[in-house]
Amino acid sequence: MTAISRPGFDTVAVGDELPAVSYPVARFDLIRYAGASGDFNVIHWNERFATAVGLPNVIAHGMFTMATGGRFVSDWAGDPGAILEYGVRFTNMVPVPDDDQGATIEVTGRITAKDDTARTATVLLSAASAGQKVLGKAVAVVRLP
Amino acid sequence: MGVNPEIAGRVYPPSPAYEVGREKIREFADAINSSDPVHRDPEAARALGYPDVIAPPTLAVIIAQRSERQLFSDPNAGIDYTRLVHGEERFVHHRPIVAGDVLIATLSVDKVGTAGKHGMVTTRVEIADEKGEPVSTVTSTVVIRGAEESS
Repeated sequence: MTAISRPGFDTVAVGDELPAVSYPVARFDLIRYAGASGDFNVIHWNERFATAVGLPNVIAHGMFTMATGGRFVSDWAGDPGAILEYGVRFTNMVPVPDDDQGATIEVTGRITAKDDTARTATVLLSAASAGQKVLGKAVAVVRLP
Repeated sequence: MGVNPEIAGRVYPPSPAYEVGREKIREFADAINSSDPVHRDPEAARALGYPDVIAPPTLAVIIAQRSERQLFSDPNAGIDYTRLVHGEERFVHHRPIVAGDVLIATLSVDKVGTAGKHGMVTTRVEIADEKGEPVSTVTSTVVIRGAEESS
C-alpha cells in the first residue's frame, strides 16, 4: 500500500493513530527473506527441525517481523529514507504454519512525540500475531516534510 | 559455559567492504513485500532527493550481521551460536543506504551481562562509507539461552 498523500509535519499531532494494516505471512515469505537476507537459520524453513527443538512450528525471522513494521511506517510516511531511527524488542515468535492461511502480523501505530526543531515524529508501533505481542518497545523516528 | 565478560569493550577489525547494488536493494525490498518505487526506480528515488535507489531501513542488518559473525565465531567470546536468540535490534540512520555505496562495518561489543541463567550481549556496528562518513549505527542484543536444568 502506498500513501495517497504524504503526512506533513504540521498536519500530524501527538496522539494520532496510524491506520492499522494486516500483513499475511506464508512459508514462501520466509524462504524468500532467508535468501535475500542471508539468514538461513534452519528454524525459519524446516518444520522437522523446528519442532524437534521444541518450537511450535517454523517461525518467522525476527528481522522479517521488524521489516514489516518498518514497511508499515514507510508506507505511511511515503519515504523509507525518512525513517531516521527504528528499534524493536522481539517479545514473541511468529509461528508460520504450512497451510493456505499462514500467519498474520497486525500492525498499528501512534504518534507519541514531535520534535519541532528536527521536524520529526516519533511513532510507537504495536505488532501482534495470533493475539500475541510480537514486537515490544517498537519505536520509529520519522522526518516529515 | 557462558559469555566471556572480558570481551566487553572489544572492537573488532573493520570488515571487508560491502558494495550495495541496485539489484540487491530490489531483491531485499521484494523479500519484505515492499512495493515502494524508491527501492527500484532511480527516477523515483531522485524525485525524493536521493542520488539513486535507496535501501529499506532494515537492509543494514545484512551488513551488520556479517560483521557480528566475527564475535560469534570468536572462540575467546564463549558464545554458543546454537543457543542464540535475537533480543533487540535498533538502527540509527545518519543517511539512507544508496545503491553504489561501498560500506565498511566496524563491530564493537558494548555490553556483556546475564539475565537469570541466560547470557546477554549487546553489539554495535558502525557502518561508514569509503570516506569514513557515518551511514548507519546498528545495535543488536542477543540472548544466549542457558542450559535447561535437567531434573
